[in-house]
Amino acid sequence: MSKRKTERLLGLVVCLLSSQRYLTATQIRAAVPGYPDSFYAFKRMFERDKEELRELGIPLDTGTNGPLDEEIGYRIPRQEYVLPDIRLEPDEAAMLSLAARVWRQAELAGAAAGALLKLRAAGVEAAETSQPGIEPRLSGEAAFGPLWEAVRDHRPVAFSYRALGRSEPQRRQLEPWGVVNRHGRWYVAGHDQIRDAVRVFRLSRIEGPVTFSGQRGTVTVPPGTDVRELVAQMDTQPAEHQSAVLRVRAGTGFGLRRRATRERPDADGWDLVEVPFADPDWFAEHIASFGADVVVIEPTDLRDAVITRLKGVLA
Amino acid sequence: MTGPVPARSATSSDRLQRLLALVPYVVSRKVVGLTDTAAAFGVSERELVDDLNMLWCVELRAPDPYCPIDLSYEGGEIVVSQAEQMERPLRLGVDEASALLVALRMLAELGPVAPVPGLAEGSALSRTIAKLEEAAGEAGALSAQVAVQVDKNAEENVAAQVREALASRRRIHLSYYVPTRDEATERDVDPMRLLVVEGRTYLEGWCRSAEAVRLFRLDRVLGIEVLALPAEVPEEADPRDVDRGLFQPSPEDVRVVIELSPYGRWVAEYYPCEEVTDIGEGWLRVVLRTPDSEWVRRLALRLGEDGRVVEPAELAADVRREAAAALARYGSGAGHPSVPAGEVS
Repeated sequence: MSKRKTERLLGLVVCLLSSQRYLTATQIRAAVPGYPDSFYAFKRMFERDKEELRELGIPLDTGTNGPLDEEIGYRIPRQEYVLPDIRLEPDEAAMLSLAARVWRQAELAGAAAGALLKLRAAGVEAAETSQPGIEPRLSGEAAFGPLWEAVRDHRPVAFSYRALGRSEPQRRQLEPWGVVNRHGRWYVAGHDQIRDAVRVFRLSRIEGPVTFSGQRGTVTVPPGTDVRELVAQMDTQPAEHQSAVLRVRAGTGFGLRRRATRERPDADGWDLVEVPFADPDWFAEHIASFGADVVVIEPTDLRDAVITRLKGVLA
Repeated sequence: MTGPVPARSATSSDRLQRLLALVPYVVSRKVVGLTDTAAAFGVSERELVDDLNMLWCVELRAPDPYCPIDLSYEGGEIVVSQAEQMERPLRLGVDEASALLVALRMLAELGPVAPVPGLAEGSALSRTIAKLEEAAGEAGALSAQVAVQVDKNAEENVAAQVREALASRRRIHLSYYVPTRDEATERDVDPMRLLVVEGRTYLEGWCRSAEAVRLFRLDRVLGIEVLALPAEVPEEADPRDVDRGLFQPSPEDVRVVIELSPYGRWVAEYYPCEEVTDIGEGWLRVVLRTPDSEWVRRLALRLGEDGRVVEPAELAADVRREAAAALARYGSGAGHPSVPAGEVS
């Protein structure tokens, strides 16, 4: 933003804030320095300026001062402009500083800093906890910015998504309802327009840009929707309803023994270990990672799955 | 309107926002120093003086010419003597309110894992959330559509003991599981702080066996005891710069190249990769740095046909040897492969 433009916008804000009455474009042009002489050039510039103020979150009201006024005027209603009074104790201000640091590596870092700036301007003193002893951080993700904007503005989006195991990404059109970070990973939940169903997508598997595919305000989040719950359902572990008998070499397989329900010595420096499991595929991979130190005795399908994994290494 | 989302320009409106915040910042404090204010706004003193001059120069020409803002910064102290309607800051935008509320609720969510001091009812954190919700008004409502859930697998007991040790500055004894080497280790640690990164909770401390700063994931602590000894964190124990990532490769690390099938791509999501190259058909080639080739060996065995270690060659051969040895334990039964492992969605 050039210095002249900043000066002009600053003048515009002060002018509209100071006036109780609606000011017409002509009155504004007469009061605020920096607008061009040509009326059309002025109108164009004024339109852009209004848009700029709205993007900054400055409320711009339009109306007339009475029934006899023909031309529409503008003002900034003070009530809506100002941050309500907020007083924070030092320990509360420290919480705020800690919260702002959470985003330091992620997309809302600028927004968090902007919020802190306004709160400080309201008189809140920047305070660091004497010894917080804790540093929380959220990770960043390229798709977060546009998806957050889409959720905020209730707009549908389109993107390419590569589900695990897909050799090609697929196009998706989504009415996004919310963005959730679960255990350090970002997800978006919403209504998949092509499949006409509720879907959850992991942001790290979105390829290329996220584009808006519809107007603002065209997405309705169904009442009672809990996006946290939608995402949580997706990776809820099934109950460990199966049990495996494993032969584990003594002094190894500690990660399996941790979860064992039963352990007894077997011949030749090996132990028999019983371990409950839920997902046979995941468990087979886990067992394969122990190499020659662990052998599956039963069940047979788990045994076969481990053998397939190991053969895959040699393939 | 459709089309690509425009990239956000970080600077275009920064200055106007700063100017609008500057007046109330000074007014609410009556008198402030130039140096302190420049630091608070993250600008140089020269930039700050430019801002003050611009504010002072604001002029409205109609109906009667006047200058709505009067201020001075003589002797390094800023005083605003007239500010018209600008003595209060602009309300919070949706992004701003959401950023702070989501982060504050995440701190509250940490709950039993790593309670922030004063988390309890009526404490600093819940008071802050309530005050901010009130000040944000409607702008805060949307923050409900962004949520952060923290892994709470860690034992509450472990977290409680770590907190106690941090508060009383005492040494702890840890029994700690190292999955990459599949072993339980015993060590004494002088705790420094708790980190919550990528949804996991870590204790950062001076490990007395390694004589170095180490991170311990709380969900891998098998046993913990707060000792009667004071913690002695040496001068040279530098806390990690969490903004540069928890795990920074060291020059001694082994460079590992792995090719991943469409089912193996999750590796690139879970571990920091130096390079990721698409090699067609949904396969990726990734370059990792690790101090621990045992970890790679286990990963490769786990991946089966969904991953291939390319470099270093010795490690690739080692993985194949281990797989062959493991297969041999299944005897002749392994000669008849059954159906492939089921598909993972």
